[in-house]
Amino acid sequence: MASQDIIRRSGTSGMTPAAKGRNSSEQVAKLFDATKCNGCKACQVSCSEWNDLREEVGTFQGSYQNPMSLSGQCWTLMEFHEVMESNKLRWQFTHSACMHCADPACLKACSTSGAIIQHANGVVDFDSDKCIGCGYCASACPFDVPKIDPKDNKAYKCTMCSDRLAVGLEPSCVKSCTTGALRFGSREDMLFYSEKRVAELKEKGFPKAGLYNPEGVGGTAMMMILHDITQPDSYNMPVDPQIPLSVTLWQDWVKPLGAAGLIATAAVACLHKITVGRNIVEEDQPGYQPPEEEVKDKEEDDQ
Amino acid sequence: MNRRQFFKLCAAGAATSAISALGLMSEKAYAAVREFKLISAKETRNNCCYCSVGCGLLMYSKGSNGKNAEQTIFHIEGDADHPVNRGALCPKGAGLVDYVNSPNRLKYPEYRAPGSNEWTRISWDDAFQRIARLLKNDRDANLIEKNSAGTTVNRWLSTGMMTSSAMPNEGGYITQKFARALGLVAIDTIARN
Repeated sequence: MASQDIIRRSGTSGMTPAAKGRNSSEQVAKLFDATKCNGCKACQVSCSEWNDLREEVGTFQGSYQNPMSLSGQCWTLMEFHEVMESNKLRWQFTHSACMHCADPACLKACSTSGAIIQHANGVVDFDSDKCIGCGYCASACPFDVPKIDPKDNKAYKCTMCSDRLAVGLEPSCVKSCTTGALRFGSREDMLFYSEKRVAELKEKGFPKAGLYNPEGVGGTAMMMILHDITQPDSYNMPVDPQIPLSVTLWQDWVKPLGAAGLIATAAVACLHKITVGRNIVEEDQPGYQPPEEEVKDKEEDDQ
Repeated sequence: MNRRQFFKLCAAGAATSAISALGLMSEKAYAAVREFKLISAKETRNNCCYCSVGCGLLMYSKGSNGKNAEQTIFHIEGDADHPVNRGALCPKGAGLVDYVNSPNRLKYPEYRAPGSNEWTRISWDDAFQRIARLLKNDRDANLIEKNSAGTTVNRWLSTGMMTSSAMPNEGGYITQKFARALGLVAIDTIARN
């Protein structure tokens, strides 16, 4: 079932690109409006229900947040960030899940062919059957999203319910959201909506409101409207997420150079074989050993 | 195998793996999307009974509805056509499938004697008998037939009634009739607990 066109595959060189023939798939986006969220966790529960994940019931850690971080069994997490403002406690909720970067660091870091793929609609998906559990994706992700499940040592994260998108439904979390803090639609529509919403927030007394759609990773298919766009770190979101330099260096420089070195070595070997040929030791040189056949012949001759 | 053949084999192996590592080996593109789990599932509409909002639910069960198959609910999500919630659900509602399939679910009447910490299973008949008997005793002892002004009021204040919240209008009407006829004042539904 190839239900969604794949435009990018991990561990695949540019010489064999994924099929790009069809272009019917529209770019989709999930929009989290933090200014509308009341932290009810319906998104977290419906994610676990739809994807058949059951994280173990944890222990109280001094916060309503539970579990404290994403895991192989928790792909969507409601984060409770406590902010003190003029001596009053306020929560800032983050719908923590995969950001579905246009230029995903996880996909770039993954060396296993096709274990991480990007669909034409913008969704970044993991193929657990192919995952070898090296954890490169987990260490490369600037948002700290992919997690290795200790049960099978494979990486897991939010798929934006790619199985639902494939049949034309919205992601499970978006459907369940009671306050309308989560929205889903074409990327264009979500940008249009967020523009209106940010303008509305500015009028309502949030002059710093803005859309979190970081350019460092080429924009994300999971965008966020924040009260204060100048401080995404107060929502536990990186200020300027980038693909780590080590990943870029390794995948774009060291690996091609290594391949080039391999080919160059083989080429030089061939060239040497053609131009110089085998290393022949003359009979009168020291260390000469006659080939076995000759020795045999000689022995036969002697007899 | 002599030394020379061994070197040849090693070189051939290295070259082959180098070629595959460079992405020159073709590979079939397999599906990466999980199969949609509601294909051919039976869809049943119902209302969530856990609060007074009364959200619409879509419950999905396995089996073709044929007479030999036992239906099992494996997924519940909001009903987008329902005017109350239009597809959305609260966290309790979003996790309802675990209520339905909970191993701790009460399936039959149980009795715990005063002072005991043991629950024992009793039959429905025994349960109804006992409930009716105790209600009757309490009502006979505590029913207020007339107030201080001598007006007939028929109030039964010593007992309250917790009713189902998963009822249609008709069920609610009958429940109300029954409770008020007994003189009950404190009536509520489990929707508010």
